[in-house]
Parts: sequence; C-alpha cells; structure tokens
Amino acid sequence: MAIVVQRQVILPWRQVIRIAFNSLKVRLFRSVITTITLALAIAFVAYTWSGYAMLNSLWPAADPDLQRIVLAKGYEPVGDQFGSSPKDRWLMFLSLLVAVVGIVNAQLMAVTERFREIGTFKCLGALNSFVVRIFVLEAMYQGFFGGLAGGLTGITFSTLSLGAKFGRPIFSNWPPAQMLFILSWACLLAVILSLLGVIYPALVAARMQPAVALRSEQ
Amino acid sequence: MEAQVNSLRPSEPQGGPAQPHNVVRLTEVTKVFKMGNNVVEALKGINLSIRAGEYLSIMGPSGSGKSTLFNMIGALDKPTTGRVFIDEVDVSQLDAYELAWLRCRKIGYIFQTFNLIQVMTAIENVTLPMIFAGMSRDEYMEKGLKNLALVGLADRYDHKPSELSGGQQQRVAIARALANDPAIVLADEPTGNLDLTTGEEIIVLLKKLSTERGVTIISATHDIKMLNVSDRVVWIRDGRIDRLEEREKLRISIGEVA
Ligand SMILES: Nc1ncnc2c1ncn2[C@@H]1O[C@H](COP(=O)(O)OP(=O)(O)OP(=O)(O)O)[C@@H](O)[C@H]1O
Ligand SMILES: [Mg+2]
Repeated sequence: MAIVVQRQVILPWRQVIRIAFNSLKVRLFRSVITTITLALAIAFVAYTWSGYAMLNSLWPAADPDLQRIVLAKGYEPVGDQFGSSPKDRWLMFLSLLVAVVGIVNAQLMAVTERFREIGTFKCLGALNSFVVRIFVLEAMYQGFFGGLAGGLTGITFSTLSLGAKFGRPIFSNWPPAQMLFILSWACLLAVILSLLGVIYPALVAARMQPAVALRSEQ
Repeated sequence: MEAQVNSLRPSEPQGGPAQPHNVVRLTEVTKVFKMGNNVVEALKGINLSIRAGEYLSIMGPSGSGKSTLFNMIGALDKPTTGRVFIDEVDVSQLDAYELAWLRCRKIGYIFQTFNLIQVMTAIENVTLPMIFAGMSRDEYMEKGLKNLALVGLADRYDHKPSELSGGQQQRVAIARALANDPAIVLADEPTGNLDLTTGEEIIVLLKKLSTERGVTIISATHDIKMLNVSDRVVWIRDGRIDRLEEREKLRISIGEVA
C-alpha cells in the first residue's frame, strides 16, 4: 500500500514575516495600544537615565552658581557622578520595574486573546514553531518601535524639564553620544522585555492541542 | 517527494480494490475530562469504522459527545485511552510534523462557529493551508480563487469575515477545508449557526463534494435534513454509540419520527 503520512514542511521565514507584519497592520489599533504601553514604560526609563546623563555632562562645565542651583534642586552627586546615590538607584530600579511589568502584561494579554486563532492555525497545518515565530516577530516589531518612540519621548521630556530648571547650559552641554547610547539601550530593552512577555504564553499556546485552544473564549 | 517519504505503513493489510477501505477507524476510544474534582466521561468506548467516500452523520443530543468525537477523529485532541487510525495509521504514533501534515493535507475541518481568521480576507483564509503545504504564490492564488468560485464566492475574495454573512463565512470555511484536496472533510454542526435555507445550501454543497469528488464527509449535527443525504448515521448518547443505521433503514426510522 502507498505511503500514508509525510512530514509537514517548515514555512520559509519570508512567509512568516509577511503574515506577522500583516497581522500587526490589520490589528493596527490593538497593536498600537500594546506598542504605546511599551513606549510609556520605556519613556520612564529613558527619562530617568537621560536626566542623569545631562547632569553629568553639565556638572564639570557649570560655574559654582549653577552647581549650587543643581544641588538646591535636590540632585546629589556621589563623587562627581549623578545617578549613583541610593535614591537615584532606587528611581532607576523603579523605572525598570514599571517597564517590565507594563510590557510583559501587555504582551501576555495580546497572546491569550488570540488562543482561538492559534487553534485555527494548528488545524490548518501550522507547526508549533510557526505559531511561536509569528508571536516572536510581532513582539520584536512592537518592541523596536515602542522602544524607539518611548526612548525619544523620554529624552525629549527630560531635556525640556532640565532645560526649564537650569536654562541654556543644559542645551549647550547636551551629550549626543550618550543620548544615542540610551536610545539604543531603550530599544534593546523594549525588544527583550517584549519577547519575555510573549514567549511563555506563545509556547504554551503553540503546544496546546488544537481542540483545547479552539475552546477558549475569544 | 520520495526522499521525504515516511516509513509508516498501514498496520493491517488492505482489502481488495472492490472493498472501500476504512479511512478512519476508532477502537475503544474513551475521553475523560478532569476539572478539579469534576470528572466527565465524554466518550465511553467508541468503536467505529468509516469507509472511504461515505457521507456519515453523527447525531445525538447536546452534550452526548459529538464534538469530542469530532476532535478525536480529526486528530485535534488525544483520546484518554483507545486508538484512532487514519488510513490505518495509528495517529498516536505520529510526531508533530506528521500530525501537522495530516491536518493540512488529509483532513479539512468545518466548524459551527466557522473559525475563520478574522484579520484575513476570504482568499487569505482559503490559501493559508496551501501556504502551509509549501505551494508557490501563483499556484495557491489560482487554486484559492477556484475554490472560492466553487462555493459561489469568487467576487467576495477580498472581503474580511466581518463583512460576510454567516452563510458566506461558512462557504469560505468550506473552500478553505478543500484547500489541499483532503480525503476527509470533518464538519462539526456546520449548519448550527445558519438559518434553514442557508443550512440547506451548505448540506447540498457537502453532498456534492461527496458524490463528485469522492470525499469522505463526516458531520456531527442536530439537523434532521442532514439525514436525507447521509449514507450512514451514527447515533450517540451519553458517550456511547447507540445505533448505526444504513441509508435504506434510515428512511424507515425517519418515517417513524415524522
Ligand atoms: N474541554 C472540556 N472540558 C471539560 N468537559 C468537556 C470538555 N469538552 C467537552 N466536555 C464535556 O463532555 C461532554 C460532551 O461534550 P461535547 O461538546 O462533545 O458534546 P456535543 O455532543 O458536541 O454537544 P453539543 O450538541 O451541545 O455541541 C459534555 O458533558 C461536556 O460538558
Ligand atoms: Mg458540539
């Protein structure tokens, strides 16, 4: 008797990328909400960190009067560095915590509300790896754009707020290289956290029996 | 193709060419759902052979286990005990790649709730199984449009499910189920969410597939009209097969009902 069962082919990345991108585009409203949640969390991190970068850049160039004003506003350098006092460390930790919780939660929700779709994909012959790849790609797109938007927002706001407090010297001593560094970190952080939030529920969903995934409420 | 061939062979010798072989066979299949202290025995030992090319209806009251049986036959869930054979291959012996291939190529699924991918258009839904099967874009677009034409929706190819009526969505689902020319089409209450006439149209369409293409149709249903087109009807009650009727006998028992 002839051969009965063969092995499913693995979908080329090109197709997976296309499907993931379309899925984001069509669900634009939902994906923008997720991305904004991500961006806000990252904005807080970028705001805190870029503030210290500007103060560190300003401090050596500032005249004693300005240095007094900075200290009077409650900023405390340790040695000559801002951002390493216990209070600052606590703030940085807090900003990271907000980002982790916000992003992981947003991605978790985004996957669980799509269990039925995952079940359908599997009925049509999707491999588990396809399901995981779709979500990983979507999370990476969202992480990157959310990180970029959040990073830019955070840096802009902290520049404006310090500029309002200390005036021109903030702008003339603005450290572009460090800001770029912070922006890159913000993007990377957003991508990593976004993946972290998506990977567990995506793995669980991908491994479910299709019948079980299909039963879940939409 | 030859290189990818799997070593799995039928576990039983086939009958002569005159006899249609069993495209699906279940032996002592049980399914138990445990939820906390609650244990539900949805299937309590099902033995059933389904012949290639037949139109089989599964009838039974709500909660009798039709959908559970549907999931077992379609390899969408694992039985608690017992075995399911598709083309005489034991489904429990298949790895993930083989199972995906089976769901992609051998079986087409139709659900009461349609289960179209909401964010995809009709043509994208229909071509998805072909993309999973590794077809090229030209091939799958051509075949996808052909399948949509078959169910009378060629002009709606670019519509999302939300822009289609229930009957139209179910037609798209049928076109999708036929994507890779499956030997088996499994339907779980395909007319359950449709009005009478639309439901009838869907039944006619399924019957046409069975007679013209020799596709094996297995359909769980509440719909009495489904009986007229069935070759056999399995009545299940409380997780067991109550009776199994051939077409000729059916006339009589429907007569009794009416
Ligand atoms: N995933 C599940 N978890 C727990 N119990 C389940 C599950 N699936 C089915 N059951 C139970 O198994 C029994 C059979 O359910 P099934 O859905 O197969 O019935 P059905 O014949 O399809 O009913 P209907 O005609 O209403 O669709 C029911 O008692 C149901 O509550
Ligand atoms: Mg049911």
